[in-house]
Amino acid sequence: MIWAPVILSLQVSALATICALPVAVLVAFILARKRFWGHGLLNGLVHLPLVLPPVVTGYLLLVVFGRQGAVGSLLYDLLGVTLAFRWTGAALAAGIMGFPLMVRAIRLGFEAVDTGLEDAARTLGATNVGVFTRVTLPLIAPAIIAGAVLGFAKALGEFGATITFVAAIPGQTETIPSAIYAALQVPGQESAVVWLVCVSIVLAMGALMASEWLARRMVTR
Amino acid sequence: MIRVNVQKKLGDFTLDVAFDAPRGVTAIFGRSGSGKTTLINAIAGLMMPDSGRISLSDRVLFDQTRSLPPRSRKLGLVFQDARLFPHLTVAKNLTFGGRHDHDRIVDLLGLGRILVRKPADLSGGEKQRVALGRALMSDPDMLLLDEPLAALDTPRKAEILPYLEQLRDDFGMPMIYVSHAMSEVARLANYLVVLDAGKVVRAGPLAEVLSHPASVPMLGVRDAGAVIAVTVAGYDADDHLTRLTFDGGQMSLPGHVGRVGQGLRVRIPAQDVILASQIPAQISARNILPVTVTAIEDGRGPGVVIGLMAGETPLLARITKASLRDMKLSVGADIFAIIKATAVAPEDAGR
Repeated sequence: MIWAPVILSLQVSALATICALPVAVLVAFILARKRFWGHGLLNGLVHLPLVLPPVVTGYLLLVVFGRQGAVGSLLYDLLGVTLAFRWTGAALAAGIMGFPLMVRAIRLGFEAVDTGLEDAARTLGATNVGVFTRVTLPLIAPAIIAGAVLGFAKALGEFGATITFVAAIPGQTETIPSAIYAALQVPGQESAVVWLVCVSIVLAMGALMASEWLARRMVTR
Repeated sequence: MIRVNVQKKLGDFTLDVAFDAPRGVTAIFGRSGSGKTTLINAIAGLMMPDSGRISLSDRVLFDQTRSLPPRSRKLGLVFQDARLFPHLTVAKNLTFGGRHDHDRIVDLLGLGRILVRKPADLSGGEKQRVALGRALMSDPDMLLLDEPLAALDTPRKAEILPYLEQLRDDFGMPMIYVSHAMSEVARLANYLVVLDAGKVVRAGPLAEVLSHPASVPMLGVRDAGAVIAVTVAGYDADDHLTRLTFDGGQMSLPGHVGRVGQGLRVRIPAQDVILASQIPAQISARNILPVTVTAIEDGRGPGVVIGLMAGETPLLARITKASLRDMKLSVGADIFAIIKATAVAPEDAGR
């Protein structure tokens, strides 16, 4: 039983989902509700990781967030933080790759909300923030859960951008997909491959079932 | 009480409305597409007019320099589709905007037994009662009701209307009541604004507007008819008729309506009034009133609207041009108006 890649993958995916979700909610809200110059540009930018080859995304991350990169050097000088070739970098790569999926799911939620309900809340004395937190957010909770699950699943399976940005250092940045790939390169590692594949399937199913359960609880609550 | 003057251009449609309504219930009446909902949204602050001024008592809600946000207008809005928050229970829906007079309102609207339910489990009538209660608990200065009964069937309408009458009479709650159903308007309102294609075509005290012959084409032939104030004089149990008096004479209505001594308003559709030059000898209609012709209003179609005065009470009758010619009616003629007791629908008699 190899546990290190499993635990690492769970860590990376959890961090990626938790950090990306609030940003995804904000961006989805802006894309669904606001009309402004640059709307199309923002929409394109958000979707870029979905259509770009993952290796290209990983390379761009290396250029921007690497030790010599514009943001990377700043992070290191100011906070002493390094992302490249660290598990936190893997989380960044996974979060960015899952981001478009999250935004798409949550945006659909915003677009499905009956704005008449928000009008009703306004006439009942609610401020804009009150309307958002007391009416809009609870109504789109199922969409947010769906977005989070999609993002989490995508993070679990991310390979191309991750291996380009943080490589696959066993015990440090070797997630489940990297470990499967590495095991396939060496004869006699079939049992490890089967184990990791089974874990992947269980995790994916678990995430789906958890989201179903959460969404149902939201509806009946 | 409320002074409204708004202009708004929406594509091909232009809303240009001005009226001053006294305290009480003001009805905005018009066909669909006449701009009723746009007007309500402008008053509530959900739509920004291009220009104008809206004030409620001394408070300015909108003018050239400021526009209060909906939350600061203190107006309780009840929508046709209730718009209850689906994720909240009835109890949470009710207190969303405050808990002013909570127990009294729950009591009045009979909501005690459904407080724990979710909106999805409510009937249409229950939803509207909750929406009404929710608006009231936010402690509004005025209720705005946008076709609150339009989505309900007749029995449900009959279930809600008495609550609205109670709010008007016992709570003294000022309201603007938007509707295209004349029977609701006639029961509830004391002031009437008739909209057509975004313009006010008629505005004034309800009884005056409804009994004016010139209003008939604007209200539509089916909806035209005077509203008269009557007092319940008694109930004949054998005949199942309620006797009513008013200053133009006596009338009877089928069934048991109101209590003895109670004041009611009754709408008499113009097309259900028959005119006769002499008292008919034997006739099944119960109500024969001596009247004087006050106006003859020629319309486009086959009909003519006749304005009548029974004592101090104006009435309207709609007859054919052919009958007018044969009867040789003229203004000032003393004739008789005949009204079938069953012409007044039960929902047209209210307090």
